[in-house]
Amino acid sequence: MGQIEWAMWANEQALASGLILITGGIVATAGRFTQWYFGTYSIAAGVFICLLEYPRGKRKKGSTMERCGQKYMTSVVKLFGPLTRNYYVRAVLHLLLSVPAGFLLATILGTACLAIASTIYLLAAIRGEQWIPIEPKPKERPQVGGTIKQPPTNPPPRPPAEVRKKPSVEEEGAGGPQVNPIPVTDEVV
Amino acid sequence: MGNWLVDHWLSVLILVAWLGLNIFLFVYAFLIYEKADKYFYTREILGTALAFARASALCLNCNSMLILIPVCRNLLSFLRGTCSFCNHTLRKPLDHNLTFHKLVAYMICVFTAIHIIAHLFNFEHYSRSQQAMDGSLASVLSSLSRHEKESNSWLNPIQSPNMTVIYATFTSIAGLTGVILTIALILMVTSAVEFIRRNYFELFWYTHHLFIIYIICLALHGMGGIVRAQTEDSMGESHPYNCSKSFHEWDKYVSSCRRPHFEGHPPESWKWILAPIALYIFERILRFYRSQQRVVITKVVMHPSNVLELQMRKRGFSMEVGQYIFVNCPSVSLLEWHPFTLTSAPEEDFFSIHIRSAGDWTENLIRAFEHQHSPMPRIQVDGPFGTVSEDVFQFEVAVLVGAGIGVTPFASILKSIWYKFQRADHKLKTQKAGHAALNFDKATDILTGLKQKTSFGRPMWDNEFSTIATAYPKSVVGVFLCGPQTLAKSLSKCCHRYSSLDPRKVQFYFNKEIF
Repeated sequence: MGQIEWAMWANEQALASGLILITGGIVATAGRFTQWYFGTYSIAAGVFICLLEYPRGKRKKGSTMERCGQKYMTSVVKLFGPLTRNYYVRAVLHLLLSVPAGFLLATILGTACLAIASTIYLLAAIRGEQWIPIEPKPKERPQVGGTIKQPPTNPPPRPPAEVRKKPSVEEEGAGGPQVNPIPVTDEVV
Repeated sequence: MGNWLVDHWLSVLILVAWLGLNIFLFVYAFLIYEKADKYFYTREILGTALAFARASALCLNCNSMLILIPVCRNLLSFLRGTCSFCNHTLRKPLDHNLTFHKLVAYMICVFTAIHIIAHLFNFEHYSRSQQAMDGSLASVLSSLSRHEKESNSWLNPIQSPNMTVIYATFTSIAGLTGVILTIALILMVTSAVEFIRRNYFELFWYTHHLFIIYIICLALHGMGGIVRAQTEDSMGESHPYNCSKSFHEWDKYVSSCRRPHFEGHPPESWKWILAPIALYIFERILRFYRSQQRVVITKVVMHPSNVLELQMRKRGFSMEVGQYIFVNCPSVSLLEWHPFTLTSAPEEDFFSIHIRSAGDWTENLIRAFEHQHSPMPRIQVDGPFGTVSEDVFQFEVAVLVGAGIGVTPFASILKSIWYKFQRADHKLKTQKAGHAALNFDKATDILTGLKQKTSFGRPMWDNEFSTIATAYPKSVVGVFLCGPQTLAKSLSKCCHRYSSLDPRKVQFYFNKEIF
């Protein structure tokens, strides 16, 4: 499990906890349950957590799928610098936010889930992970016809693409020691 | 749209039946708890939230039963095998088993939410009526204590005004198991979202085994008998229609009404989930048994771009084109099984897979085989399991599009077509097979060794499709794709665009397969 970025799962868990807190809070407030003001707190905390956790951080390796419309929140979350970058801060923050919701049955599920998210963030922080904002790239849309390139100018054997830099292309290398059971004749079409 | 419906009518039917079943069960249970006389007094305290909670509970039982079945892949394979006389449209739903599993999971989440919210109201109402001093029917019912001689007469599980709802929840079996299983469910869902599943598969796989806790807690959940109904005897003696108005005079000599007696339900969930659990346990045992059979690795080839080819033999193994197997390597990871398409043809005397480095497990596997001097790692195999590619021989003209490692199913098909051609197999309808392999600058295909026309860059699908439509104006053309979703969208559009409205003229049928 060496390549797991725990922060990614913590992020999903915290987002879910935020939604659960909001739901529990609405139920408690609308139903005017005993001590329903904890429910109001829960709604506010849930909204804050959802806004904080909505922008997904960048993965260490490979491309990261952005959440829809997250670039607006990314710019806000980026402003807080080390407070949002550091996962120790998030772990402590989530733990503290979860405590008041634990006094009400309607929101106690949110507390439990947020506490779990806090633990996973702690694990992520211990492993040195950090929140890196996904920066918008200038989008170039190549024409479909434009990807047709000239045939390669050097004769085979040609080195595989890892040697030549082609970041957005998947490929398998040239040649291969495959032996045909029956000889194949070349048909020039 | 018409073409799609013709291909998928059975899946649509199953979906509609499943939704209908859910709606029926919900309404059925809702009406019972909302209307039946034995819940009259229960409703007096709880209101309609009782019916919502019980209706969603019934749907949860049903969906928890259904969710284990689509993941029994050996069972599904068996069904596919016995059904081989059915045409491919009837067997198509078996390929969408994981989609169904996810749909049922979403439904479980929705009903869990309804169930929990309803029970939050229920606990709150029980708590309030216990604390109420107004002498209402609700407060009289709540004062029926469980510690008195007739231990059956209690209705309200919250027995003292000082007991908080949190205390009541965590000291009852239903409450405690409910909280635990909901947390297990939430953890399973958050680790199963596509982003986590695609990029950190092990996390998803191991966390998903929390379903064991979910199942155990679900079976125990109803044991406390906390939902109470009036007993038959008590109804015979003092029916709520006669006695509910005179609750001040229950048990007095003057009135004929005695105080009502209540009983809890026995737990039902286990009845729903017992059979699927047995099936699933059998499935895991079967997987284990199949995996213990010896796999002999006959050839290991390291291709450039970090692609490993393994050629293997196993006693009693027989495959069809385009099928896939699950592979486990105990020295890399004891518990993980990963699927790989078979790249060999059934006519060959070995079976092979090509593995591309795409994460922890594949990297470690490739590294384990790279060490030429250490002993060969042992491999376990489960399968083969079937997919859409088996249908390719039914089409006169087949267009196979593979992107990247997605060429693997078609390698198997092409090799098989070639063997069948060589042996003049009359069952082969395919007369022309065109293979667009989106690889770059290669003169020979590394998988099949077949020489092919080499093109560079992305094909212009409109041109390709119109060429095919002109060349084969009266044929049925099957278009098969194994590759990314964006490519699926453009190919699917082209299929619709170039299929003629006249069913006798050229028709393009689109099939895709994404792991």
